Amino acid sequence: MQFRTRAIHIGQEADPSSGAVVPPIHLASTFVLPAAEGPADYDYARTGSPTRHAFEAVMASLDGGARAVAFASGMAATHCVTMLLKPGDHLVTGTDIYGGSWRLFNDVLSQRGISVSAVDTTDVAAVQHAIRAETKMLWIEPTGNPLLSVTDIAGCAEIAKAAGVLLVADNTLATPVLCRPLEMGADIVMHSATKFIGGHSDLLGGVLVARDPEVGRKLHWMQNATGAVMGPLESFLCCRGVKTLELRVHAQSATAMRLASWLQKQQSVKRVYYPGLEDDPGSATAKKQYHGGYGAMVSFEVDADVNGAQRFVESTKLFQLAVSLGAVESLIELPAVMSHGAYAPEARRAVGITDGLIRLSVGLEGAEDLEHDLSQAMTKISAS
Amino acid sequence: MIEPTTIMPDPSTKKVPASGPSTLSVHAGEARVKPGFSITDPIFAASTFTFPNTQAIVDFLEQEEPREEYGRYGNPGERVVEEKLAALDSGEASVLFASGMAAFVGLLMAHVDAGDEIVFFDECYHRSREFCRRHLSRFGVGFRQVRTCDYDAMEAAITPKTKFIISESPTNPHLSVVDVARFAEIGRRNGVLTLIDATLCTPYNVKPLEAGVDFVLHSATKYLGGHNDLLAGAVTGSAELLDPVRNLRGIMGGVNSPHNAYLLERGLKTLALRMERHNANGQAVAEFLAGHSKVERVLYPGLPDHPFHAIAKQTMRGFGGLVTFFLRDADWQQTAAVIDAVQIPRIGPSLGGVESLIEQPMVMSYWNYTPEERAEFRIPDNMIRMACGIEDAEDLIADLSAAFEVAE
Repeated sequence: MQFRTRAIHIGQEADPSSGAVVPPIHLASTFVLPAAEGPADYDYARTGSPTRHAFEAVMASLDGGARAVAFASGMAATHCVTMLLKPGDHLVTGTDIYGGSWRLFNDVLSQRGISVSAVDTTDVAAVQHAIRAETKMLWIEPTGNPLLSVTDIAGCAEIAKAAGVLLVADNTLATPVLCRPLEMGADIVMHSATKFIGGHSDLLGGVLVARDPEVGRKLHWMQNATGAVMGPLESFLCCRGVKTLELRVHAQSATAMRLASWLQKQQSVKRVYYPGLEDDPGSATAKKQYHGGYGAMVSFEVDADVNGAQRFVESTKLFQLAVSLGAVESLIELPAVMSHGAYAPEARRAVGITDGLIRLSVGLEGAEDLEHDLSQAMTKISAS
Repeated sequence: MIEPTTIMPDPSTKKVPASGPSTLSVHAGEARVKPGFSITDPIFAASTFTFPNTQAIVDFLEQEEPREEYGRYGNPGERVVEEKLAALDSGEASVLFASGMAAFVGLLMAHVDAGDEIVFFDECYHRSREFCRRHLSRFGVGFRQVRTCDYDAMEAAITPKTKFIISESPTNPHLSVVDVARFAEIGRRNGVLTLIDATLCTPYNVKPLEAGVDFVLHSATKYLGGHNDLLAGAVTGSAELLDPVRNLRGIMGGVNSPHNAYLLERGLKTLALRMERHNANGQAVAEFLAGHSKVERVLYPGLPDHPFHAIAKQTMRGFGGLVTFFLRDADWQQTAAVIDAVQIPRIGPSLGGVESLIEQPMVMSYWNYTPEERAEFRIPDNMIRMACGIEDAEDLIADLSAAFEVAE
């Protein structure tokens, strides 16, 4: 079956007790056992619950993995992956990654005796160079955030495989619609389900999908031991969101492409970051590994100081000023002060997050409406 | 500055500076600044709403302070859905109900008096007509029906007592398409209220209010909710004509729940996107069926040989996901065998959700009728109704194709 058909039907088998076309939401914390000992499908909801399993089943299918494990947030999922590391281990990650992941790696893992190197993962040679004997994990964002740099998944997979290193891809921005890293050799995929998977800005969630059943088993064991599971209502909303995932991501990507091209032609825009643009540094790799679009995120630098950039993001009428991304509503933000405020100022500038950098998350609104909105906000950059 | 704890969102922030169908689906009816500064509307799971003091109650009762009072009279989340629906339908107002039938009953009970008459096009939902024939008749309201899209017969059936003329468009399962402007004109000329049940077209495909119809009815359970996971109904129209409907709803009590209203709001955000796909899938499946040797006939307004193709093309953006077809030389069991052989569409009533559904009307809705009654309803044994979801059209076609072979 094709992707969208699976997104609608996997894990959503009609309920045998009632025939309900949508499976019931199981809120139960515990399950009555047939006997004191012996097998049972479910015993306690932290270990597993039918509604969470429905979401995990569809995600495993969409990402082409052996097993999916759903979490209370994207960071809970990320944290669970890093629990596979032991003191003395080394993690290699990119420089253009989510600020919250960076905070976990840099400020939390370091206290557990795990060393971290950040390199420009768009440069495969730099990744190779960063691998040491004690390196156990390579963490990449195929589409970076907020600069939307493109990391070659297959290239990294080759390096990881040769070095016996686990390759984890945070595929939140590309989604399994555009790109499936497990099919390109990654071992684990992480999604912040809060974003495109849920898709409606109304839940927090994370999900890990493992290519190998044994890695999947370890992740589930760790989740059960540490407890940051996705709740039943969020699992239900995620299943509901996934049913329109392909439609949404394709529509949002098409609008983003149009806005990126339009932004390039604007006088007050210094630079546009979008992997779908022919002259974007990530264009060649993006063409190779993404199918059906280049994502809904567009970043650009306005020719203005931080105050001008601030006037711009506060003047849009459809784009709403908020962090997060990937939902039906378009959002706008200033990474330097909002999503990537967790970076130290020097570190932030070193990786290219300037004060005039603006990040768009393009929603489902009409492309013309959004273009018109950006156009009118453009006139507010200079103080008058 | 809007206080984050404000219960009623500031209406001045509700105006959407755009008109595209997808932009309206996402934003219409919602305050830009919401309670708690949430990006989405909160679910107010409250049965009642409290007042800080007696003076606040007096202010409310004297209409100085518009606000909520008790859940049966209104809920903030419900109002957002009503305003979104009104904007999508190009109407002034909308009233939300617990189901499509609750909306239909609520509308008629508010506007019909003893001695009035109602005229239907005869392909309207049989439960709607049953309500009028068996229940409104007990209150002295008369009922007539004329052949669907026979506008002269409709005009001839109108008497000085007629209060309402009613149709669906497209009808279910025959998919006849009403010329809504002509329908509205008949109502205007004769001074009767007009109602179009637009469940099958949705505001994405047709906006009957723009053509002059007085009321639009939706079973929001279908395309508007869109995920087969809620029941809801709504009537849209002018604020003046809907005021008595809203008041009567507060007395009869067929309100939607706050949780349902939220799921409906969430579903509406992808309405334009889903409808585009339902339209494309409906057209693709209809064309496939029309070219299949096992199929005697297909009813789909997007096919050139459909009796109402011309008016459909002229008035509709797309033709929806519902496709009705008849198997060649098949009795009811041979028809059932095809239904039992499909793998993707589930067997069940309803339509308009992301999951495709399939059914044999003779079994699903008309099993307890006599063959003569079924003939009158034009429901032959070999009729199949497929409600195309938003799966890939190629998968649906391959599945139907295989089912025809298996059922051989």
